[in-house]
Amino acid sequence: MKVALFVPCFVDAFFPEVGIATLELLERFGIDVEYPLTQTCCGQPLANSGCQVEAAPVEALFVKNFADYPYIVTPSGSCTHHVRHYLDAIPQTDAVRHVRTHTFELVEFLHDILEVEAFPWAEFPHKVGLHNSCGTLRGLRHASMSELGEPFFSKPLALLGKVKGIEFVTPQRPDECCGFGGTFSLFEEPVSAKMGHDKVSDHKAAGADYIVSADSSCLMHQKGCAERLGLDLKFVHIAQILNGARA
Amino acid sequence: MKRIDHAEAASHFIAAKDNEAFHDKRLWDLRQKRDRIRDEIPEWQALRDLASVIKEHALSHLAGYLEQFETQAKLNGAQVHWALDAADHNHIVGEILAARGVKTLVKSKSMLTDECELRPHLERRGITVVETDLGERIQQLDDEPPSHIVVPAVHKLRGDVAEVFADTIGTDRKNDDPHYLSEQARLNLRPYFLDAEAGMTGANFIVAETGSVVVCTNEGNADLSANLPPLHIVSVGIEKVIPRLADLAVFIRMLSRSALGSPITQYTSHFRQPRPGSEMHIILVDNGRSERLGLADFWTSLKCIRCGACMNTCPVYRRSGGLSYGAIYSGPIGIILNPTQDLRKYSNLPYASTLNGSCTNVCPVKINIHEQIYKWRRVMSEHDQLPFAKKTAMKIASRLLSDPKAYRRTIAATDAALEYLPRFLLYTRFNAWGKQRENPATPDQTFYGWYLKHRSKPK
Repeated sequence: MKVALFVPCFVDAFFPEVGIATLELLERFGIDVEYPLTQTCCGQPLANSGCQVEAAPVEALFVKNFADYPYIVTPSGSCTHHVRHYLDAIPQTDAVRHVRTHTFELVEFLHDILEVEAFPWAEFPHKVGLHNSCGTLRGLRHASMSELGEPFFSKPLALLGKVKGIEFVTPQRPDECCGFGGTFSLFEEPVSAKMGHDKVSDHKAAGADYIVSADSSCLMHQKGCAERLGLDLKFVHIAQILNGARA
Repeated sequence: MKRIDHAEAASHFIAAKDNEAFHDKRLWDLRQKRDRIRDEIPEWQALRDLASVIKEHALSHLAGYLEQFETQAKLNGAQVHWALDAADHNHIVGEILAARGVKTLVKSKSMLTDECELRPHLERRGITVVETDLGERIQQLDDEPPSHIVVPAVHKLRGDVAEVFADTIGTDRKNDDPHYLSEQARLNLRPYFLDAEAGMTGANFIVAETGSVVVCTNEGNADLSANLPPLHIVSVGIEKVIPRLADLAVFIRMLSRSALGSPITQYTSHFRQPRPGSEMHIILVDNGRSERLGLADFWTSLKCIRCGACMNTCPVYRRSGGLSYGAIYSGPIGIILNPTQDLRKYSNLPYASTLNGSCTNVCPVKINIHEQIYKWRRVMSEHDQLPFAKKTAMKIASRLLSDPKAYRRTIAATDAALEYLPRFLLYTRFNAWGKQRENPATPDQTFYGWYLKHRSKPK
């Protein structure tokens, strides 16, 4: 199986280890992973600001980079959500439609497409609080949503549950947004930071040593908040745990 | 009109730590109560579907149902008026009151009359207007608009209320016991109820089939306002019409459960006709609703039944307070309603959201609120309403992100990446990221660099 790896811009720059873990993990399952070298961004930060004109050339480049692959996989829920639901600043050609319907966030790719049964190499003997980003939770339907009162399910927990030694803690408000929100984190700094501070405090109070998420952007925000508050919390992307990171 | 600066207002709200903490806790508590009571109704999601399609049907046959309502209401003996906009509405109310020499008007909570700014209009004409909903009364005495459509003074602590009452109705400043304060409000209000020559209510629903007006309250103040004075005026937005009395059951089951997590409001009053010797006037108000109905992406916002569930669940609203939205309708629903009133003034509001989607999930009539917020951002950009700095940042980002070589040059050195990344989103308040957050560490190499070294090979 051939897969194109999309490493979002901020992961590329700030969290290369997340991209590496994703690539290695996919390779463990015998997948032929390619990383198109001219990739940049999916257009989300622009489109989320309403700037369709500005998003258009970025989206066009994204499609050009990835249209020839049967699957596009990325360790980012919000980028996947953008591609799948909102990549419409450019004409909806066959190539665009293909890319939009064949881009998968890593957790759903492992859970739904590969249907992974085990991660024998993975062991994470820590107390972990899961942060479902809003893009994965309500956008991609990674897990049951507290607002709907639907039967419980969680793709990330189903995967993490296969990791040796891992222990889960649940915060008071598991579905509450952490306040990153892309440009929201800057233009609405007071609220964003308050939400982030509340979020990490909630996880800390629940006894978490680590916060794990499928979105590095939420983690970047929460890490910044926890460090400023002086909370002893560590942050790790789900790809890293599933790929065998021990800490 | 000056743009509302939500972020700035929110920063002041957050700075009042006790108020913010209480506000967040109180509204989150309402959300949790709503979740618990939802679980008692196995068909909750089916009810949401039903409520949504009834509203969509009524809105897409609005003219017919409004005319049916008018006919029925007139047959019942009520008088029906049509108001094109706020000025029209206020004029009609003013004329009705003037013709009957009304000096004092008691009114129950009505977001529509706040929307129309009725109170100052009547006060200018020498009429005493008394809000009788406790929260709305607190806000009136404090000369502040309501901060929440269901619990108008939820941003105030009881000590704040004690201060307001001490200043305005002469209560004991040191006594912030809620029972004492509400009893004082009751004592203060009672004479107004008895003396007023006119009473006014809003309406939660109007029923086309019966020509009746349905008002849901918890304090009974709407019933006193409607039933004591010899004149009852109802102000209602045209989107509130539902076809049949049977449809009402769906909404009554959802309204208070969504709003407060209680099975039903204490009072669900059906006003069908004037009492003998009294008058009942119903004013059907458009004030931009027809225009909204014509907007393909936004017309379903008219389904709103004003339960406030979207506000209670909204993590941004809970931490910024309703007043920070600078509009009568705040929170997620306010974000999507207000721009149709004044695009420029409310152009920042769609950005006062993380697009997390919780609002959409709790909405009892299934308005896709967060998707409409997203769509409003497009409208703002198309209408050139983005602040210059943000627009500039977007243009720069667009050029960089659509040119792999330029992107790679910028991001190549990871030190530069730190420089670059906040900036491409940024050009805003100085060091917005770092004010209350640490910056991410800069790794030794990008993923791209690692890939070239470890994987790149001719395929």
